Amino acid sequence: MSAPSRGTYSGGFAWAMARDLRLAWRHPDEIILTLAFFALVASLFPLGIGAEPQLLARIGPGVIWVGALLAAFLALPGIFATDFIDGSLEQMTLSPHPPLGWAAGKIAAHWIISGLPLTLMSPLIGLQYGLTGDTLLVEALSLALGTPILSLLGGACAALALGARGGGMLLALLALPLFVPVLIFGAGAAEAQATGLAPTPHLSLLAAALIAALVGVPAAVVAAVRISVD
Amino acid sequence: MTEGRAALEVRDIACRRGPALLFSKLDFDVFPGELLCVRGPNGCGKTTLLRCVTGLTRPDAGRITWLGQSVPEDPARFRGDIAYGGHLPGLKDDLTTEENLEFSLRLRDVAVDRDAIARALAAVGLEKRRRLPARRLSAGQRRRIGLARLALDPALLWILDEPLTALDDAGQAHFVELLDRHLARGGLALVATHHNLLPPSGKVRELRIAG
Repeated sequence: MSAPSRGTYSGGFAWAMARDLRLAWRHPDEIILTLAFFALVASLFPLGIGAEPQLLARIGPGVIWVGALLAAFLALPGIFATDFIDGSLEQMTLSPHPPLGWAAGKIAAHWIISGLPLTLMSPLIGLQYGLTGDTLLVEALSLALGTPILSLLGGACAALALGARGGGMLLALLALPLFVPVLIFGAGAAEAQATGLAPTPHLSLLAAALIAALVGVPAAVVAAVRISVD
Repeated sequence: MTEGRAALEVRDIACRRGPALLFSKLDFDVFPGELLCVRGPNGCGKTTLLRCVTGLTRPDAGRITWLGQSVPEDPARFRGDIAYGGHLPGLKDDLTTEENLEFSLRLRDVAVDRDAIARALAAVGLEKRRRLPARRLSAGQRRRIGLARLALDPALLWILDEPLTALDDAGQAHFVELLDRHLARGGLALVATHHNLLPPSGKVRELRIAG
């Protein structure tokens, strides 16, 4: 008999990416729902507080960030829940591929189908609020840096909430407080730009947080998955 | 592989679920070419025992040795050597039969070409349903995807939980055939079942867990 495979990080990462993206492709409605939710939330504000251009331009960056954050949160339970229910997560845990690889792959795939489309759509929403070109750019940049952090932190929370009764509520209680710093710096970047200040300090902090999350969170996800499948 | 030495040695294993002690001080060995059937009444902890051996569930006590090496020392190697089939099939409803098989083999880091996959699916009678999403398959047909997976996976140790559930007579016979082939080439199997499995080659032993 040949020596058993030990798997590779890249093998597990590529496996999870390929599979989750194909599954998402089969169900494009989930991405469309996330985007529609984002557009709806962002469109409700002008209806609620009145369409005064100066006011809208003032609150725009924050509202867009809150909308994107909530839409990203809505997409979170899907990241591990079905794999947990149908037994795929057990098979992943027993795969020779190191768990860090496939866990990171799943989170990356999740960002591609939630955070990335939200980021790409944000300039369109921003136009509704009459934001200037520079502000739109900084807003998109801050979302590009911030939404991966949401996927990472949210992924760890989603893995922890697996199997818990009322998992959805628990997930909100776990994840939303963790999202607060990301929201503050993300919205802060675009707001600084809109008021004529430099957005770089906010963006640098977001980038630093992203690096820290990239290094630390996948291991937390693996630990949470282990606890959940036990 | 050294003859005369058990490939899988389980010593003094114990597991409790909440306040209930399921089993304790359980010792058993599995030798190459051997099938160990785990038997016992419902709820006695057969599934838990199998999950403890795989490492999915952490036992409260005990040591597991695989090919002379303690499993916690090198869990990745052990994971490379086992094929686990639990109660949950691990199939995605939205992927086709073929894709499900392909992805589950890639997850096991088994490289197989499309022809081998097509042949394995034909052998379990799913050649006409290759491109059907798994949601359109019956429970027995889903089980048959699992049989095709076992046929293509070179894992040395099979750990299977009630592998005959939902399979018809032909499917059960096919499973016994696969099991026989696996044991004949020196594989090991740890199977929880209520059926009498009688593969022609290979030794069969029983492990009884009291209720």
